[in-house]
Amino acid sequence: MSQTETKPTAKLIDIYLMGKKYKVPEGLTIMTAMEYCGYRLIRGVGCRSAFCGACGTVYNFKGDPALRFALACQKLIEPDMCLTQIPFFPASKPSYDINKMEPTGDQLLKIYPDFIKCFGCNTCTKACPQDIDVIGYMSAAIRGNLKEVTEKSFDCLMCGLCAARCAQGLVPYNIALLSRRLYAKHLTKVPEHTTKRIAEINAGKYDAEIHEMQKMNVEQLTKKYNERKIHED
Amino acid sequence: MPYPSYMQESVNKVAATRERRLHEEMKRIPVQERQPVLNGFHPDFIKSGMRELLVGPNKGSRTPNELADLLEGNSRIDPAKINLDKPDFDVDVLVLGAGGAGGAAALIAQENGANVLIATKLRLGDANTVGAQGGTQAADRPDDSPSLHYLDTMGGARFTNNVKLVEALVKDAPDAIAWLESLGVSWDKNPDGSYHEVALAGEAVPRCHCAKDYTGMECMRVVRDEIRCRNINHIEFAPAIELILDDKGHAAGAVMVNLETNEITIVKAKAVVMATGGIGRLHVQGFPTTNHYGATADGLVMVYRAGCPLVDIDTMQYHPTCAAYPIAILGQLVTEKVRGVGAQVVNIDGEQFAHPLEPRDMLAACIIRECTERKKGITTPTGQIGVWLDSPRIDMLHGKGTVEKELPAMVRQFQRFGIDITKEPMLIYPSLHYQNGGIKIEPDGATPIPGLFAGGECEGGVHGKNRLGGNSTLDIWVFGRRAGKSAAEYVKTAKTGKLTLNHVNKWQEELKKAGLVASRPISPKILPDYARQPYDYLSGNVIDKLKPGSIKVA
Repeated sequence: MSQTETKPTAKLIDIYLMGKKYKVPEGLTIMTAMEYCGYRLIRGVGCRSAFCGACGTVYNFKGDPALRFALACQKLIEPDMCLTQIPFFPASKPSYDINKMEPTGDQLLKIYPDFIKCFGCNTCTKACPQDIDVIGYMSAAIRGNLKEVTEKSFDCLMCGLCAARCAQGLVPYNIALLSRRLYAKHLTKVPEHTTKRIAEINAGKYDAEIHEMQKMNVEQLTKKYNERKIHED
Repeated sequence: MPYPSYMQESVNKVAATRERRLHEEMKRIPVQERQPVLNGFHPDFIKSGMRELLVGPNKGSRTPNELADLLEGNSRIDPAKINLDKPDFDVDVLVLGAGGAGGAAALIAQENGANVLIATKLRLGDANTVGAQGGTQAADRPDDSPSLHYLDTMGGARFTNNVKLVEALVKDAPDAIAWLESLGVSWDKNPDGSYHEVALAGEAVPRCHCAKDYTGMECMRVVRDEIRCRNINHIEFAPAIELILDDKGHAAGAVMVNLETNEITIVKAKAVVMATGGIGRLHVQGFPTTNHYGATADGLVMVYRAGCPLVDIDTMQYHPTCAAYPIAILGQLVTEKVRGVGAQVVNIDGEQFAHPLEPRDMLAACIIRECTERKKGITTPTGQIGVWLDSPRIDMLHGKGTVEKELPAMVRQFQRFGIDITKEPMLIYPSLHYQNGGIKIEPDGATPIPGLFAGGECEGGVHGKNRLGGNSTLDIWVFGRRAGKSAAEYVKTAKTGKLTLNHVNKWQEELKKAGLVASRPISPKILPDYARQPYDYLSGNVIDKLKPGSIKVA
């Protein structure tokens, strides 16, 4: 299979990169359209499959100034799109010791004292390319419900668009991250089946069995492998 | 962009056979019967795709042409022009790469008293780790054992692994999971508080710990936050381009370049941890890849010319199920967890042709066979071929809502293009996913070069010639932590001599003797060449890598 290329006859459409007009073939994403135009990307590019959050971006259209938000690696270009890159947006990220913290809303406030300034404009939610209920988790954070923050914010890629758009200069994605860490660290615990197994391993319980397999030849191992019981649903 | 009508006909056939397939179980192929299928259809066994290395520690070893070119490449620097006398940084441990392995190494080295600098090509945490969806293996259930994890891992690789590395992998696994939770990682749990675990391919029992299908991302964002919280020194957009050794031949730092300004940075270090990740962006044999933008084998290139041998570089992992439609997400990962929770792989007629949980190399080969020799694939409007991954079976098997609960990232990814995977199957085909082999290491992460350690995808031997799902994220935590600990121990007694780049001079001499200087590229590659450059006025060269109107994706 070769790197897929469409037929050279793909229809060309007009887009604008930082205000300059280019003609590009239909079917490209914002990211691949920039590369088509000759940009060698350094910033604003990462996993290229909607997981890393490096390519969160804004766009609008010629004649329609309303801003839209997307991941550049996923969003297909459309005619008259006006594109830019947001390679880096400064955001506060205090240092803290998760081990010495309380899993409470007050604790969040100590680290991010500004976050009660949220006046509920909901621009953060509108800016989220993952369709996360940002205002919903911010309100859960203010109430100190860390479980709810964890659940509502879990699909966050930390692209930073919520912080970029916040009129009060808040950093919702970092507040969510701290909430999730506090929840997992202090309000849930490593299950007993795991701590017990760690102790067994440290006591050398499995060493003999593993060392015996290390002495087997391929035929013996093959037999043992094929005969192992496989769990089926 | 739902499926075009001619593809919809096949989608209807898949729906029609679903009820019957609900309890239909394909036979798994015994390990001794795998080789003929692999020989016939797996890309590793296409002879023209590989060649023997002509120089260096692995001279005579076979490796993909694309990697061979870079391993035999010319240095980016002229050592005569680099002043090593006044390093910009002087640290105990330099960690190269800031994905899961690099992040873990940095945290553990710091905890063990080392002054650490972590440097990365892109942003902190931008790595293949974030794209890992399926989960992390750890044998911690009462009906499981590290011995069984060991046997599964060895069998999945047809017993080609380094047995001591596998022992370390399986024995550290439960502790790695607990360590991540202690940092604040939210693993999926059952109502009784036990871990929710899924069986991925080649696993005898459910063993994969997941965080929905954002497993790697969840772990990485927590580890990255912890690095920042501890104020561990880090520099971004600064890839290493050569290792620095000392006059005894020990690792002693690296030459780094600012990706935007080309400024050189010299780092002196008593120990170096390589955690530079994989090579998917080399597009071996023209395959699309699931990998991160920076996955270009830089670490392998640097250590190779410093004299460090590589292992198992004749195998790449092609993940069997990656998006074949729509074209905008061609080659992107469709996690093995989709099969782990019940999706079957079916052909144009809606019929199964392989057990969905065959090891990855086998399932990839079976899918390629179905599409080529058996002609039972589906061709998209752009000419890409594929078969179906029948995700709606999951809800039929486990109840409505299971797909949305277990696979939110996948649901969202396809929803963006108008495909509802709770009701419609996904078209998939294998894509370049993982470098099975890499830098030769010992169980403590040490390489044959004193002071040089390695962890994660850049090292080899753990997975032999085929890695099991859920063992890559495990590898980064196990060997990242081991490399970090060993490096911190090593620097307590290490005495670095005079810094030198003589190995680079020797390397260029060797290339010259072999007559390869002119025919080989400059390496490490750093980033893939995706920019279409109709005319580069600075160099005066016309570099038309893509024809006008053509598209290069993902």
